[in-house]
Amino acid sequence: MLKVNGQDVDAAGKTLESYIAEAGYNQVRIAVERNGEIVPKSKYGETVLADGDCVEVVNFVGGG
Amino acid sequence: MAADLPSRKQILEALVKKQGSSAVEKLQRATIAVCGLGGLGSNIAISLARAGVGKLILIDFDTVDITNLHRQQYKMNQVGIPKAEALLENLKEIAPYVLYEVHQERVTAKNVVSLLEGADIICEAFDKADAKAMLVDTVLEKLPQKYLVAASGMASYDSGNSIKTRKITDRFYLCGDGQNDVDEVVGLVAPRVMLCAAHQALTAIRLVLGLD
Repeated sequence: MLKVNGQDVDAAGKTLESYIAEAGYNQVRIAVERNGEIVPKSKYGETVLADGDCVEVVNFVGGG
Repeated sequence: MAADLPSRKQILEALVKKQGSSAVEKLQRATIAVCGLGGLGSNIAISLARAGVGKLILIDFDTVDITNLHRQQYKMNQVGIPKAEALLENLKEIAPYVLYEVHQERVTAKNVVSLLEGADIICEAFDKADAKAMLVDTVLEKLPQKYLVAASGMASYDSGNSIKTRKITDRFYLCGDGQNDVDEVVGLVAPRVMLCAAHQALTAIRLVLGLD
């Protein structure tokens, strides 16, 4: 189990890229923080989620 | 003929009286970049200029549109001119002793480093979600030593109390309600945009003062 935006998620072993696609996020509108560090978009495919990870997906909305 | 303007020394003394000498000294040494000079950016820049930030880097590719006037710090006679130029004109009337570096161009993943490497703190103030995400991603990857203060969610007529500042990492702060997309809800109203801009400007000032 790991936490994504405060919720328990069973996604250990998946890459960040596949988790994000499955969860329905639009990759061009998000930033992802994992265990206190931002994961650059270019690393989503090679970042494998692990038990105990704490992930925050920041989903940007328009307006400014 | 207008009366003589206050001198730099008089303005600094006034700032010290209201903000405290230690804060003013730190703010005077700071360089803050504002990316996007719309509803968020124009308000952030004016707050920071008034507070006595030493240098502001101001970037926007766009021109002032009539639909900007309800929430952005421009005047009717500035419609059609570049925002970077119009805001500089207004800032020079408000706070002429700040050093301004102005760029009339679009921020892309390619020019982020050259435009922003001189800043201590970067405020993301774009309106499009994908531009926001691009800037956050690029700054945190290529300029990891900078502080970044971004915004997401200030549309609607919801209570102002829904707008908050969250610390996402040691270097990345996010202001806004996180929810209300301008393309999905009705209403983009000056007070909520200004609240979000105020959260960003205050976060930048607190970072300069070492308070967070």
